[in-house]
Amino acid sequence: MKFDTIIIGGGLAGLTAGISLVNKGQKTLIVSSGQSALHFFSGSFELLSSSDNPFDAMKSLPVSHPYSKIGKDNILRLAGSAVPFFKSAGVTLSGESSHKRVTPMGFLKNAWLTSDGLLTVPADGTLPWKKAAVVNISGFLDFHSPFVCAGLEKCGLECREFAVTLPELEKLRHNPTEMRSTNIAKTLTGEVLDKFAAEIERVSAGCDVVILPAVVGIQDESECKRLCSLVSRPVKMVATFPPSVPGIRIQVQLKRQFCAAGGTFMLGDTVTEGVFEGGLLKGIYTRNHGDTLLTADNFVIASGSFFSHGLVAERNRVYEPVFGLDVLASDERGEWFATDIFENQPYMSFGLSVDNEFRPSLGGVTIGNLRAVGSVLGGFNPLKEGCGAGVAILTAMRVAELIS
Amino acid sequence: MEKERESIEYNFEQCIKCTVCTVYCPVVAVNPDYPGPKQAGPDGERYRLKNPLFYDEALDMCLNCKRCEVACPSGVRVGDIIQNARLKYGTKKPRLRDFMLASTDLMGSVATVVAPVANASLSLKPVKAVMDCTLGVDKHRTFPKYSSQKFVTWFRKHARKAQDAFPKKVSYFHGCYANYNFPQLAKDFVTVMNAVGYGVNLLEDEKCCGVALISNGFKKRATKQAQTNLAALREAVGRGEPVLTTSSTCTFTIRDEYAHILGLDNSDVRDSVMLAVRFLFNLVDSGKVKLVFREDFRRKIAYHTPCHMEKLGWGIYPVSLLKMIPGVDLTVLDSNCCGIAGTYGFKKEHYADSQKIGEPLFNQIKSLAPDVVATDCETCKWQIEMSTGYPVANPVSILAEALDIEATMKANA
Repeated sequence: MKFDTIIIGGGLAGLTAGISLVNKGQKTLIVSSGQSALHFFSGSFELLSSSDNPFDAMKSLPVSHPYSKIGKDNILRLAGSAVPFFKSAGVTLSGESSHKRVTPMGFLKNAWLTSDGLLTVPADGTLPWKKAAVVNISGFLDFHSPFVCAGLEKCGLECREFAVTLPELEKLRHNPTEMRSTNIAKTLTGEVLDKFAAEIERVSAGCDVVILPAVVGIQDESECKRLCSLVSRPVKMVATFPPSVPGIRIQVQLKRQFCAAGGTFMLGDTVTEGVFEGGLLKGIYTRNHGDTLLTADNFVIASGSFFSHGLVAERNRVYEPVFGLDVLASDERGEWFATDIFENQPYMSFGLSVDNEFRPSLGGVTIGNLRAVGSVLGGFNPLKEGCGAGVAILTAMRVAELIS
Repeated sequence: MEKERESIEYNFEQCIKCTVCTVYCPVVAVNPDYPGPKQAGPDGERYRLKNPLFYDEALDMCLNCKRCEVACPSGVRVGDIIQNARLKYGTKKPRLRDFMLASTDLMGSVATVVAPVANASLSLKPVKAVMDCTLGVDKHRTFPKYSSQKFVTWFRKHARKAQDAFPKKVSYFHGCYANYNFPQLAKDFVTVMNAVGYGVNLLEDEKCCGVALISNGFKKRATKQAQTNLAALREAVGRGEPVLTTSSTCTFTIRDEYAHILGLDNSDVRDSVMLAVRFLFNLVDSGKVKLVFREDFRRKIAYHTPCHMEKLGWGIYPVSLLKMIPGVDLTVLDSNCCGIAGTYGFKKEHYADSQKIGEPLFNQIKSLAPDVVATDCETCKWQIEMSTGYPVANPVSILAEALDIEATMKANA
């Protein structure tokens, strides 16, 4: 089976690259070994949240950092195109001005692009409302109103806590540990959403804004919009503990867009072998397709980090399991960790060693038609620097440009 | 390079409790009494290893669709863990109904002999009411019709001899449905294979793949039938013939469940057993075979990917073949379980959930209003036909109709 480009990995980076390439008319295949880390999405994409001024701070990043490899001018250009890019894929993001997101623990963190409908706080920390109704669902354990209220009260918002329920939501409590954001979102549609809106309207009387856990709209944005239109006060949502409804919505929407534009998405399949010849990757074999060689002119590896098994750590080595590509990682286990857990952990920066056009190497030989994007890359610390999503989106966009 | 986490015994330890499987479970979405794949699978397994009394009868609600496994980012065989637990710890004895639903060969052999009577009585309201009360087969369920002549009988009488003319051969695992209920599918398969220059052999001794026996708790009988099938497959593969199929569930059962659930070693034949659509696509894709289509063929087709097809990862083959037909307007339906899951949707206790699970799929089909729905699974066909009123055909049957058979034969002579 022949494609123009085959992408290994179907998360944020793989799908961003995939949509960019199909939009340019490429016959593109994504092979994904399972669902992605978008299911644990915070609600906001970060660019470099450790800094209040990310574009300035990027200038002082080391040359090995993926942002440095993209280059300042390219970053500005590509970052500017992100909102319309996602908009055309059916994902509405707000990111016009610098703002903060609200974590499920009630902390405020610098954000870049935030999923539509989620509560954001402007950089100056002032909100346009005085009194907020923070409304949880009875029995839902992945959202803690007191934490969120405590955070918002620091912004001068007076918060009142409520819990609402409906017979349909009570049913979910039969299995209390499995009452998750996604099960709630699947229940809160159609007529049930109307009843839910009426409950919210009732309890929030006298408040200026309603704040809810993000448990509405798993398939697309229409149910969120409908809920907002049914309540007379502004409705804003805050991310819950995982799984993340806004994240799954983005995953579903991006995959839908990729397939609608003509891309092929193979979920639940794993690459078993790469066929290399003269410094090029000729094709891949996968578990599901057995002896059928999948060939392409170009390949992209977007297999993620440790969580997605894009990187694997054994006792004394860290390796890339798909092709065995060269990895930036210390051989000395003692150098993987810092003793203080909150310190900069070196293993977080492990990943593929690539050239300035994101081409990884195998046994020291650069693979000319293979590029790496997203968190499988080495040279950055997504957690400490707050740049995981930014690196995923911008490296994917950059690589799609380099390929076509 | 990635090592397969084949050992089922400790595979649950790969679970990091991320809950992604539960997000994609079709049963959880409609029935909160089901604890969900994470709880029923890897979480529960820890307890069951400690004490089998922790086994929860709610595991009977699992459809065995394997969507949890397709979604899992950590390679946990969630569905296998649940099925194995049901067979190992389940305390409910299978009922007469389960025996009847699972014994596809026995019921098929009897019913084909008295097909007109069987078909007429199975669609009568009083018969359905009695089956509902006494057997627990839901009265709303439409039974598939039985054919008065088995495919195998037809083949021996009318097609067997003609196969000798072809130097290249494939073997065919027809499955129960094509043999007892709808021989036309098997006939279409023979037509298409002959058109591209391949003769068809039947297996020496074919039994039901056993999927219904496994899901109804008859592990011993399933194992015995699987062993008979494996022997027949080995013989065909030994002759150098791939074994082609027209049912995604039979294919998945032989390739994966024989090893993962029944513990049989099928590694020597696994790669040779495949859906005809995969075999055909690869022939066309590599330029070994040409398909010539009728110029007057026009169809608006909606393709439904069966759950076990999702698990096989082979949806691309029928979709690519259907796209090759010039007069076809094809929509690939959203990935959604139809709800029937083999014998599951026949059971009174599961009927309502079964219909609710399929609802988004039925609605999408109705809104598209296709000429025909294409799918590779016979039970999906029954469910979709009963629940939407739209006709459903196997992609192989659509190909048989769309091909200019004579021109294709000439092109591949």
